[in-house]
Amino acid sequence: MAHAYTPGLKVLAKTMLTKTRRLPLKGNVKVKKGDLVKADDIVAHTDLPGNVFPVNVANFLNVDPSELDDFMIRKEGDVIRKGDILAETKGIFGLFKSSVKSPVAGTLDSYSKVTGQAIIRENPIPVNIHAYIDGVIDEVIPEEGVVIRTTAAFVQGIFGIGGERRGAIKILTDKPGDTLTADLIDDSCKGKVLVGGAFMTLDAFKKAEKIGVEGIIVGGFNYKDIKDIVGYDIGVAITGEEPVQTTLIVTEGFGEIPMAEQTFNLLKDHEEEVASINGATQIRAGVIRPEVIICLDEIADNKIKSADVKGMDIGTVVRVIRAPYFGLLGEVTELPHALQKLESGSMARVAKVKIYKQNKEVMLPRANLEIYETK
Amino acid sequence: MEKKTVKPENIQSILATDCGSTTTKAILIEKQGDEYRLVTRGEAPTTVEAPFEDVTKGVLNAVKEVEELRGRTLLNEDKIISPQKGEAGVDIYISTSSAGGGLQMLVAGVVKAMSAESAERAALGAGAIVMDVLASNDGRMPHEKISRIRHLRPDMILLSGGVDGGTISHVVEMAELLRAANPKPRLGINYRLPVIYAGNKKAAPEIEKNLGEVTDLSVVPNLRPVLERENLGPARDKIHDLFMEHVMAQAPGYKKLMDMTHAPIMPTPGAVGSIIQVIARDENISVVGVDIGGATTDVFSVFKDPDSDEPVFNRTVSANLGMSYSISNVLAEAKLENILRWVPFDINETDLRNRIGNKMIRPTTIPQSLEELKIEQAIAREALRLSFVQHKSFAVGLKGVQKERTISDTFDQSSTGETLVNMMDLDLLVGSGGVLSHAPRRHQSARMMIDAFLPEGITQLAVDSIFMMPQLGVLASVHEKAATEVFNKDCLLRLGTCIAPVGSVKPGKDFVTVKLELPEGKVFNQTIPFGDMILIEAPYTPVKAEIIPVRGVDVGDGPGNAIQTTIYGGLVGIIIDARGRNPFILPPNPADRVQKLQVWSQAVKEFES
Repeated sequence: MAHAYTPGLKVLAKTMLTKTRRLPLKGNVKVKKGDLVKADDIVAHTDLPGNVFPVNVANFLNVDPSELDDFMIRKEGDVIRKGDILAETKGIFGLFKSSVKSPVAGTLDSYSKVTGQAIIRENPIPVNIHAYIDGVIDEVIPEEGVVIRTTAAFVQGIFGIGGERRGAIKILTDKPGDTLTADLIDDSCKGKVLVGGAFMTLDAFKKAEKIGVEGIIVGGFNYKDIKDIVGYDIGVAITGEEPVQTTLIVTEGFGEIPMAEQTFNLLKDHEEEVASINGATQIRAGVIRPEVIICLDEIADNKIKSADVKGMDIGTVVRVIRAPYFGLLGEVTELPHALQKLESGSMARVAKVKIYKQNKEVMLPRANLEIYETK
Repeated sequence: MEKKTVKPENIQSILATDCGSTTTKAILIEKQGDEYRLVTRGEAPTTVEAPFEDVTKGVLNAVKEVEELRGRTLLNEDKIISPQKGEAGVDIYISTSSAGGGLQMLVAGVVKAMSAESAERAALGAGAIVMDVLASNDGRMPHEKISRIRHLRPDMILLSGGVDGGTISHVVEMAELLRAANPKPRLGINYRLPVIYAGNKKAAPEIEKNLGEVTDLSVVPNLRPVLERENLGPARDKIHDLFMEHVMAQAPGYKKLMDMTHAPIMPTPGAVGSIIQVIARDENISVVGVDIGGATTDVFSVFKDPDSDEPVFNRTVSANLGMSYSISNVLAEAKLENILRWVPFDINETDLRNRIGNKMIRPTTIPQSLEELKIEQAIAREALRLSFVQHKSFAVGLKGVQKERTISDTFDQSSTGETLVNMMDLDLLVGSGGVLSHAPRRHQSARMMIDAFLPEGITQLAVDSIFMMPQLGVLASVHEKAATEVFNKDCLLRLGTCIAPVGSVKPGKDFVTVKLELPEGKVFNQTIPFGDMILIEAPYTPVKAEIIPVRGVDVGDGPGNAIQTTIYGGLVGIIIDARGRNPFILPPNPADRVQKLQVWSQAVKEFES
């Protein structure tokens, strides 16, 4: 029978990890296969074509587009400064001339004798791609980027906001079930990646952002507070480019949910070590989860691999991902074949799960369970 | 796989799959005697993403489930056996797909309300998600349009503009903007973006000059050759061809899937649209269909154009209204108070927002408790309502058409471009998609559709039994008889009829009298007060009905006029919705509203008591 299950979020103490670092457009790769790189090294570079400004020259001069050759002062490919005259009428005895000036600096890309429009392209925008993690260049994708390999501790979150950042880990709560409040954050947190417990208040996030905290990893957060931070509702979980100074990674979900103990303990084991984090999330085609990567101080080893993706079985450790029992861990004790009726009246495939914390067995829809990967 | 074609009349078995963004669904249809029937279905997670990155793996898993449930061999290792030999294999295999985010298009035209709107209709009709519509007069500065084009990264662009032989400068200007933007395709950076030009044929050489080198340009006949007529067929066909050639070819495993199927793979919404059109044509009725998915909600309609009396098909896709991936967007667009108005108990605002957020980030979870189910169904009502609002504003007559007016039109100065969706004329409302097809009780589906669409007068309700309209849509293109038979017997579940008088009176006052001649000689004769809902259980057989509204209230034949007609019951029955229309108002006080919601719910037997 085909398996229907939700692959879990990864919490791995030591794994071989590869990261593809790709340019948005073709460009130059600055490193070669086998090179050792540090997170801040530039591995690839390109120049994005500059912004484009159309100017309807024929309209401005009040001439027919087909006659534009007679009036253009600058030719296609010319480098232009802001305010340079692009085209000019001859006027009467050299007087009463009309002219069109360039609104921006750049290059005259083209002009059209059908529409009378001139296209000015601003100077290219340089784009550098950093390594983001320490490691070895595993593969060079010609003109596009590289694949970097490293050995690292690796944690995936469920939802995040903000892009790539780096900082030393600082644990702020004693236990994974505690709340991260504003009074726990002080100037010593600047430049750090903070780790909290079950919930973080909005005040705490705002204070962290003001102080200059690089990132925060927390179990739960209120969904309505996200709007306060980014200024708009996040309707679809595609994030990573929010205008925030501090990247936020939520490991469990919205509301007050204790951070999984394994996650909390793993981060605690690496306190004061530098983590590369990214809040980018995409829960649709091409799933992207927010991530925490702590590169281990050893040569990247391509022999360590995380366990293969397997289906749910008796003994599989799972996390409940919907109310009731949301956030709790347990172990599958039975997988009945037939569909069973839920309290809601729906018929669904279920699993009997022994909830560790409550030491009792409950029947839960398989769709509401996530395999908990820790190896 | 070697594809041997079997003559349509000899086809004994059909396998069809729909590769959705999360689940791949397979159905097996077999000929039983003289008719085609659905025999079983299976499903498996779609495998477009890592670690599998091959859509055919999910297809084969779903087919394997069908194989196990049916107890006969369909696969030979990783190949579908075809044609059928004895008990093994199937005669044809077909598929639809919306995996990988479906077909995402950018549309550009000259005049926003004319060529750009026609181009949008062509793209939507072909099953695309329209990311943006650019037009010369859309109010954006040229550099803003360029930056928008560069930012979007669509799968394909459709450019239109100008009537044949008309002025070319505006459409050429749009082409110049496209060239300047030099747009890149969404999938892969190594191929040129497909652009379809379907505008003024006189401008084609200039368009070729501008876009021929930087894009993969195709020129097709103008989709608005004259103002009075659209010609969307050639553009739609080209979109389908390019969908196969470019978009699908870039998605992981699709080349293999294309080799396996006996007919071109259709975008899922395109397939649903074609089956809706088949129902409207065969029964000569007006139809609204809705397919509410996890990420998007599609609405389809076929209504007669009042001017030409010709049926007009429209499809809209609300790209960010859905029940899982886009559920938070429903909250953002509908606003919390509109969702809360359908929740039949008190709930804390922060808690509700967190629950919705959690469904967005864990999209495959299902409601386990009744409370969670009721919340999801409240959200579904708003997702459906908003999608339908968008549909009504898009499903309009052609704008910019000159109309001849006579003296009799003096007091009826209707403008061009009015909505074609007239709820009083609607004959059949069909619901599809997880939340409607898989609701624990069909009564819940009926209620959700009534609350969201607010049908007027007499309207039949139906749902797609197991969410298989996409597969039947593509089947209709290769074997219409099989598609129609399975659709009528196994797919379309008739829920019953909704009688909803339009108008209002004071609460509790008489609103409408309904007399029904039910099967087995039973008679229903009751006057229903304003504000009530009533369910009369009746099977899907003809029921003679006399409906007498009070003065000023309309059930289809003008205010205060009684009508005599034949209606049908169904799995749910006949629902009399005397809550009024135009306006439809829920009690503003939360406690009163919760109490009313519970009363209606009990009256319509939404939940098991």
